[in-house]
Amino acid sequence: MEGDIAEMGKFIGAGISAFGMGLAALGVGNVAGNFLSGALRNPSAAASQTATLFIGIAFAEALGIFSFLVALLLMFAV
Amino acid sequence: MATEEASEGLVFHPMDQFKVEPLFGGDAIHWYTPTNATLWMGLTVVAIFLLLVLGSRGRAVIPTRVQSIAELAYGFVYKMVEDVAGKDGLKYFPYIMTLFMFILFANFLGLLPMAFTTTSHVAVTVVLALAVFIGVTVLGFVKNGASFLGLFWVTSAPLAIRPVLAVIEIISYFVRPVSHSIRLAGNMTAGHAVIKVFAAFAGAAILSPLAILGVAAMYGLEILVSFIQAYVFTILTCVYLKDALHPHH
Amino acid sequence: MATNANEAAHGAADAAHAAETGGMPQIDFATFPNQIFWLVVTIVVIYLILSRVALPRIGSVLAERQGTITNDIAAAEELKLKAQEAEAAYNQALADARVEAQKIIAEAKAEIQIGLDEATAKADAEIAAKAAESEKKIGEVRAGALEAVTEVAKDTAAEIIGMLDQKADAAVVSEAVNARLKG
Repeated sequence: MEGDIAEMGKFIGAGISAFGMGLAALGVGNVAGNFLSGALRNPSAAASQTATLFIGIAFAEALGIFSFLVALLLMFAV
Repeated sequence: MATEEASEGLVFHPMDQFKVEPLFGGDAIHWYTPTNATLWMGLTVVAIFLLLVLGSRGRAVIPTRVQSIAELAYGFVYKMVEDVAGKDGLKYFPYIMTLFMFILFANFLGLLPMAFTTTSHVAVTVVLALAVFIGVTVLGFVKNGASFLGLFWVTSAPLAIRPVLAVIEIISYFVRPVSHSIRLAGNMTAGHAVIKVFAAFAGAAILSPLAILGVAAMYGLEILVSFIQAYVFTILTCVYLKDALHPHH
Repeated sequence: MATNANEAAHGAADAAHAAETGGMPQIDFATFPNQIFWLVVTIVVIYLILSRVALPRIGSVLAERQGTITNDIAAAEELKLKAQEAEAAYNQALADARVEAQKIIAEAKAEIQIGLDEATAKADAEIAAKAAESEKKIGEVRAGALEAVTEVAKDTAAEIIGMLDQKADAAVVSEAVNARLKG
C-alpha cells in the first residue's frame, strides 16, 4: 500500500512540475512577442539584437527545462 | 515501473534510447570501454572532418557547395565571437568553434533514427560547461587580477544595495555552469523522450496517424532546437568570455 | 499477507529493473568516467583538427577571396582611372585641335588682312595720286580760266575804253582789272 501511495505521489509530482513547463512557455512567448513588437517599431535595430533575443529565450526556457527535469527525476529516478 | 503494466500493448520506454552500452558486448563499462557514446562522438568527429577539412580542401576562390557551408559555419561563429566577446576574444575562436561544431553535429546526428545523442547526457554537457566556466574564471583572474571581482560589484547601483546585488551576482555566476549544461542536456533529452512517447502511441492502431504526425512535427521542432541549443551554448560561452575579458560592464 | 507478499515481489522487481536500467540513464554515475573520457578525447581531436588544419585553411581561403575581390575592385578602379585619363587626353586633343584651327584661321585672316590692307593702301595711293593729278588739272584749268577771264576783262575794258575814245593805258587797265578781280 505504501508503495502505491509513493508511486501516486511521484506521478502527481511529475504532473505538477509539468505546469512549470507551461509557464516557461509563457515566458518564452513573452520574450519573443516583445522582441517582435520592438522589432516592428524599429526594424533597423532588430538585426543587431537577435543574439540578445536568443539569450533571453534560452534563459527563460532553461527554467522550463528544469521543471521538466524534476518531472523526469520523479518518474524515473526517485 | 507502472508503465510496464499498461495492458494495451503501449510500451513506454522513453529513456531507453539514452542508455550507454558497451559497443562490443560485455557488461562492465570501464572508463576506456568503447561504448555507443564513443561511436557517436567518433561520428561527430568524422562529420566535422568531412565538412570542414575535406569540404575546404579545394581552397577554391569560388567555393563549392560543401565549402561554402564550411565557410558559412566559420563566418557565423567568427562573427558571433567578434560581436559578443570583442576583438580580443578572437584568440579563443578555435575553442569556441570546436564547442559549436561538436554540439551542433552531436545534436543533429542524435536526430538520426536509432542514434545515440551524446549531448543529452549530463555527464557530457557538465564537462563542457565546467570547462568553459573554469577556463573563463581563470582567464578573468589572469587577465584582470583582483579587479575581476569588480564583475560582482555593480558600481552603477546605489551603494546601499550593492552588497545585496553582489550576493545575487555571485550566486548567478556560480549557477551559470549548471544552467549552461542542464539546458543543453534537458532540451535534447526532452525532445527525444517526447518523440519516443509519440512513437509509442503509434502502437495503438487508432492513434497511429496522430502519433506519426506528432513524431513528424516534433522532429521538425527538434531540428530547430538542435541548432538553437548549439547556438545558445556558443553565444553564452562568448558572453562569459566577454565578462572575463572586460569585467567592468 | 498475500498483498504484502505481492508488493514485496513487486518492489523487488522494481529494484531489479532499476538496477538493470539505472533508472534515468543520464544519472547512472557508473557510465560517467567512460563518457567523460571519450568526450575529452573527442574534444581534443576536434580542437586539433580545427585549429591545425580546418580553421587556418578556411581563414586563408576567405582572406584570399577578400584579397581577390579587393584586387579586382582596385583593377576596376585603375581601369576606370585610365578611361578617365583617356577621355581627358581626348578632350585635350580636341581642345588643342580647336585652338590650332583657331590659330590657323587667325593667321589666314591676318594674312588676308595684310594683303587686303596693302591692296587698299595701294588703291588708296593710286586714287590719291589720281585725285591729286585731277586736282592739279582742275587747278590748271581753273587758273587758265581765271587768266582767260582776266584777259577777257582786260581786253573788254580796253575795248570799252577805246570805244569811249580814250587812249587806254594797257598797264593801268590791267592794274584796275586785277584790283577789281581781287576786290
